[in-house]
Amino acid sequence: MYEILLKQDLVPNIHLLKIAAPNVARKAQPGQFVVIRIDERGERIPLTIADWDREEDSVIIVFMEVGTTTHRLSLLGAGDSIANFIGPLGLPTHIEKFGTVICVAGGFAVATIVPIARALKMKGNKVISIMGARSQNLLFWEDELGSVSDQLIVTTDDGSYARKGVVTEPLKELLESGEKIDRVIAIGPSIMMKFCAKTTEPFGVKTIVSLNPIMVDGTGMCGCCRVSVGGVTKFVCVDGPDFDGHQVDWDLLFARQRIYLDEEKLSLERWQSQSGIHP
Amino acid sequence: MAKLDLNRVSMPRQAPGLRARNFNEVALGYSLEQAQAEASRCIQCPRHPCIDGCPVEIDIPGFIKAIRDGDMPEAVRILKDKNSLPGICGRVCPQETQCEATCVLAKKEAPIAIGRLERYVADWERANMPSLNSPVIKATPTGKRVAVVGSGPAGLTAAADLAKLGHSVTIFEALHVAGGVLMYGIPEFRLPKAIVQAEVDYVASLGVKIELDTVVGKTMSVDDLLNSGYQAVFLGPGAGAPMFLSIPGENLNGIYSANEFLTRVNLMKAYRFPEYDTPVKIGQRVGVVGGGNVAMDAARCALRLGAEEVYIIYRRSEVEMPARREEVENAREEGIQFKLLTNPKRFIGNDQNWVVGVECYEMELGEPDASGRRRPIAIPGSEFIIKVDMAVAALGTRPNPIIPSTTDGLETSRWGTIIADEVIGKTTKTAVWAGGDIVTGAATVISAMGAGKRAAASIDEYLRR
Repeated sequence: MYEILLKQDLVPNIHLLKIAAPNVARKAQPGQFVVIRIDERGERIPLTIADWDREEDSVIIVFMEVGTTTHRLSLLGAGDSIANFIGPLGLPTHIEKFGTVICVAGGFAVATIVPIARALKMKGNKVISIMGARSQNLLFWEDELGSVSDQLIVTTDDGSYARKGVVTEPLKELLESGEKIDRVIAIGPSIMMKFCAKTTEPFGVKTIVSLNPIMVDGTGMCGCCRVSVGGVTKFVCVDGPDFDGHQVDWDLLFARQRIYLDEEKLSLERWQSQSGIHP
Repeated sequence: MAKLDLNRVSMPRQAPGLRARNFNEVALGYSLEQAQAEASRCIQCPRHPCIDGCPVEIDIPGFIKAIRDGDMPEAVRILKDKNSLPGICGRVCPQETQCEATCVLAKKEAPIAIGRLERYVADWERANMPSLNSPVIKATPTGKRVAVVGSGPAGLTAAADLAKLGHSVTIFEALHVAGGVLMYGIPEFRLPKAIVQAEVDYVASLGVKIELDTVVGKTMSVDDLLNSGYQAVFLGPGAGAPMFLSIPGENLNGIYSANEFLTRVNLMKAYRFPEYDTPVKIGQRVGVVGGGNVAMDAARCALRLGAEEVYIIYRRSEVEMPARREEVENAREEGIQFKLLTNPKRFIGNDQNWVVGVECYEMELGEPDASGRRRPIAIPGSEFIIKVDMAVAALGTRPNPIIPSTTDGLETSRWGTIIADEVIGKTTKTAVWAGGDIVTGAATVISAMGAGKRAAASIDEYLRR
C-alpha cells in the first residue's frame, strides 16, 4: 500500500496527491509517469509525475476528474492509501541546452510541464511558457511555472483572466516574432497538442508532445497504447510518452482514446448511483 | 508377469455446451479411485524413462507408487522435492511431449497420465494439508542474498530452490500480483488463479520475499540490485512484448494483442466488468490470428465473454499448429471455428476506426522451412473477407527490452533475447543469470521452470565458492 501524505484541491476538478513511494521518488525524472490502482477491483491508469522529493521519498501526481478511477481518487485524502503505485515509467523528456524553448501547457498539464521547464532552465535554456485554461477558476500553479520560466503567458478561453484566447495564438505570435525558437514542448489535452503541432509545423520548429493513450500495464507488455508516429507503430509506455508532434497520427490517437467510451460512461454512472456522489 | 493395463483413466470435464459460457475450470480432476486406478497401471519399470523426459527431474515412479499405496503425504513430499509448482504443472505442462512421451507404455499408445496424477496430488495437498505446505527441510542460512527478477515460472522455481538451499531470496515483480504469465496470460478455466496464488504462497512460505510493483530496469536497475547487497541476480522477466502482423489496419479499434486481451480478462478480471473497473470489448464475431496455446486461450475467452462466432485464423494446416492437441480439441468441442491455411492480408475498418473485417489469403503448403514445417504460401487472387467486429493477434511475443537496455555488460542476441549458457543460464555479466522466455524466446512453463532450477543450482555453487 502507498500512503497519501497530502491532498490539495488545486481547482474544483483537478487535485494533487503527494504519495509515499521511495523507489519511484529515487528514480523519477521529468516527463515520466506512474501507473496506479486504487484497490483490488480497480483498473490500472497512467498518471504523469508532477514532482518528487528524494529527501522525503514522496511523489506528487496531479489529475483531473474524468472517469471512475479519477473520481474515486479525488475523494481520498491524507492518511488514506492506494493499492499500487508503479514507476517511474516511460522515457524521461529529452533535456539539453537547445537555446530558446517554448513550453506550452493546457489544463492540468501545467503540473507536468513545471519539472520539464525547471530542468530546461537549469540546463541554461531560455524558457518561455504559455499556460491556458478554459476559465480563471481552472488555473493553478501560475507562480510555480512563472518561477522556472523567463517569460510566462497566461490565456483563458473566456477571457476571465489574463489574455483571452487559446494557447496556440501566443505560440504563433512568438514564432512569427522573429525570435529564434529552438524547440517547443506542448503538453495537455490531445486536441491542444495537435493544434500546437499544426501551429509550429510551417515554422519547422521541432515540437515534442506527451501522448496520453489508454494503457494497462505500462511496461510494454500489452500494446494497448500503440500509436503511429512517422508511419511506424510505437508503444507510448516504453517508446514514449514524448514524440515528435509533427509525426503523430492524431486521428488514430483520438479514435483509440474513444475505445471504451460506452464502458467508461456505464462504470461512472454505476459508481455514482452506488456512492450517491454526483458532481 | 501381470498383463499390461492399457486403459488410460480419462479425466472428467465440464460438458462443452456448458463450459463454453463460464470461466470455471474445464477439466475437473481425478477422484481418489480414478487416481489410484491410473497409478496402478504404472509398471514401475527400473529404467524410468519418464524422469528423463521431465525438465525438473521429478521422481515420477516414486510419487505414482505412493498414490497407488494410498500414502498421499509421501506423494506430496516426493513431488515437491523437485517441483514447487505441481498444481500449475499438472494443468499446463505439455506432458504428451515430455514425461508421457517417454513412458514405456507410450509405445502401446497408453502412457500413464502423469500430468493428471501430478494434478491430483497437488489438489489433494491443497485440500488436505493446507497449513502444512509439505514440510521442507531447510538448509542452514548461508547469509547470501539473491535477487530474482520476475515471478513467473522461471523466477518462482529459481527462488524456491535457492530458498531451500538456505539463501535469502527476494523476487521483484513488475505487476501488482505475483505469478507472471500464470496470472495474466493463462485463463482461469485452464489454470484457476486460486491455484497459482496457493503455489506462490508456498514459495513465499519458504522465506522468499516478494516485492510487487517493481519494474526492474525502471524502478531500479540490475546494477542497483548488485550494489545494494545482492550477491547474485536471476533474470526471469519472460518475453513479454507482443508481436503484431505488420499489415494495414492493425491499429483499428477492436484489435487486441493476445497479451492485452488476456491481461484484461485474467489479471484485471474484465469478465466481471463493471463489478471490476477494467473493461474489455465483447465481440460478436471474433477472429483470433495464430495457432498456439495462446490463440486457443484467447478464442475460448472471447466465446465465454459472449461472442457468437469465434474463428481461429491460422496460415498453416492443423498438423503444424503449435497448440497442444488437447486444447485444440477443447476449443473445437466448444464451437470455435478453424479457418486453416488462411492468412490475413489487411484489416478493414469503418469510418469510426472500428474493425469490421479481415481480408485473408488462402494458403497452400510448400517445402519445409527453417522450423521444419512446410512453408505456407499465399495463393494469388484467393483473397476473401471474414466479417469480424473484434480481432486478436496471438502471434507470439518477443523479449521486452527494458532490462537489456538498462543493464551494462548484458549481451543480447539479434532477436533481443539475453545470451546465457544453455544449461546453467549464466549471462555475460558477472553474478547475473537468466532463464525462461527471455533466453529462449516464447516457450513453455515447464521449460522455464527447468531453466530456473538449473540456474538456481549454478547460483548456489557460485555463492558457496
